[in-house]
Amino acid sequence: MSSIEERVKKIVAEQLGVKEEDVKPEASFVEDLGADSLDTVELVMALEEEFETEIPDEEAEKITTVQLAIDYINNNLA
Amino acid sequence: MSRRRVVVTGLGLVSPLGNSVADSWQGILQGKSGAAPITAFDASGFSTTFAATVKDFDPSQFMPLKEARKMDPFIRYGLAAGIQAMEDSGLEVTDANAPRIGCSIGSGIGGVGSIEDTKITLVEKGARRISPFFVPGAIINMVAGNLSIKYGLRGPNIAATTACTTGTHSIGLGARLIQYGDADVMVCGGAEMATTPVGLGGFAAARALSTRNDDPQAASRPWDRDRDGFVLGEGAGVLVLEEYEHAKARGAKIYAELSGFGMSGDAHHMTSPPEDGAGAALSMRNALNDAKLEAVDYINAHGTSTPLGDKAECLAVRSVFGSHVENLAVSSTKSMIGHLLGAAGAVEAIFSVLAIRDQVAPPTINLENPDEVCEGVNLVPHTAQERRIDSVLSNSFGFGGTNGSLVFQKI
Repeated sequence: MSSIEERVKKIVAEQLGVKEEDVKPEASFVEDLGADSLDTVELVMALEEEFETEIPDEEAEKITTVQLAIDYINNNLA
Repeated sequence: MSRRRVVVTGLGLVSPLGNSVADSWQGILQGKSGAAPITAFDASGFSTTFAATVKDFDPSQFMPLKEARKMDPFIRYGLAAGIQAMEDSGLEVTDANAPRIGCSIGSGIGGVGSIEDTKITLVEKGARRISPFFVPGAIINMVAGNLSIKYGLRGPNIAATTACTTGTHSIGLGARLIQYGDADVMVCGGAEMATTPVGLGGFAAARALSTRNDDPQAASRPWDRDRDGFVLGEGAGVLVLEEYEHAKARGAKIYAELSGFGMSGDAHHMTSPPEDGAGAALSMRNALNDAKLEAVDYINAHGTSTPLGDKAECLAVRSVFGSHVENLAVSSTKSMIGHLLGAAGAVEAIFSVLAIRDQVAPPTINLENPDEVCEGVNLVPHTAQERRIDSVLSNSFGFGGTNGSLVFQKI
């Protein structure tokens, strides 16, 4: 079973069409990985699907980097 | 002041006979059929189980897959055709000319497959799983939108939706914008991909489609006595239209002049033309008047292979051209590529332009026993005919009784 970090990075790479090695923890979806506002909405949906959870919109807005996504999943899962 | 003249300087095609202008045109001149059993979904429960689909289309040749994923297939086809046409034109988009270059590319139906898939997502997974790209990935003006974004085209950006006349209207309206002075270049055409369960099922329910399931390649047979409906096609055609002096000044390759555009409405029935083809005739007359011509050398007919429509168009051609009918060549390239709906007029405009370039009339295949109403009309059966072609009329007629005709001339 992959770690949460690996699973998040894989989804980010798939959704944003970037290489997995470019998905660094500090990377910002918009600034560094070329996402637009709709991309980030879809990315959050993909995370919800992968981790079988529901991320409220006000929380989703705060998830702007890879690390913030990993933290959110770690803090709100299990 | 004389009217600004409009010429064709770029062509792009994605069709059931190939994903380029050269491949499609070669297939047309060889009289090939692009029809085949549907494999993209299980069509076994439908009264029609075949279509003229696009084959081996690789969107990554034209756009990053990340972008393609957000677009309905009709948008991918349209963009691919648009990119081909832009490259073919050799037009360089600059800060100075960008505000004078626009897009007029429509679709008859738009992203019906995306609507179907999203409805399934809604039912199975709930409203929160609807993609934020559903709307921008399905709406009809997104070929024009995406193409303008790719090239920075800041002129008029429009998308006509007039059923099976969409492509023809998109070209004609684009030409008008150049003539009126709103733009110097218009990238025009249509795109369609309705070969989906609901698209196929809808046309089948309207009894519009051929049910010759045992022989798909013989199914599209315009004007043949045994025709039984059209063959659903898909793809896209895009033309670069340009003001004549603008094209000359940059030394562009000029395929032909778009000299006439005419329109009309049947005011008759939702899906059927009047038996005498009066609406079709009015559309053709308006286009000929616009071009200041009394006759043409070749007609690329609407000719969908429906019992009523083919007959009405033939009667309309007779009423417009009178005794000149004997000198005309009239063919339907839909016999080979099926009916591309909102892309049909654009794809057929390209074939019309190429007929002028190569001085050859494309054939009507599967025409074994012509309908008696067409007696004495050269329908170019089976094989292409080399002949003098200085002028071409291209017809499109759509549900709702919406008609359009274009005239192209050698320059």
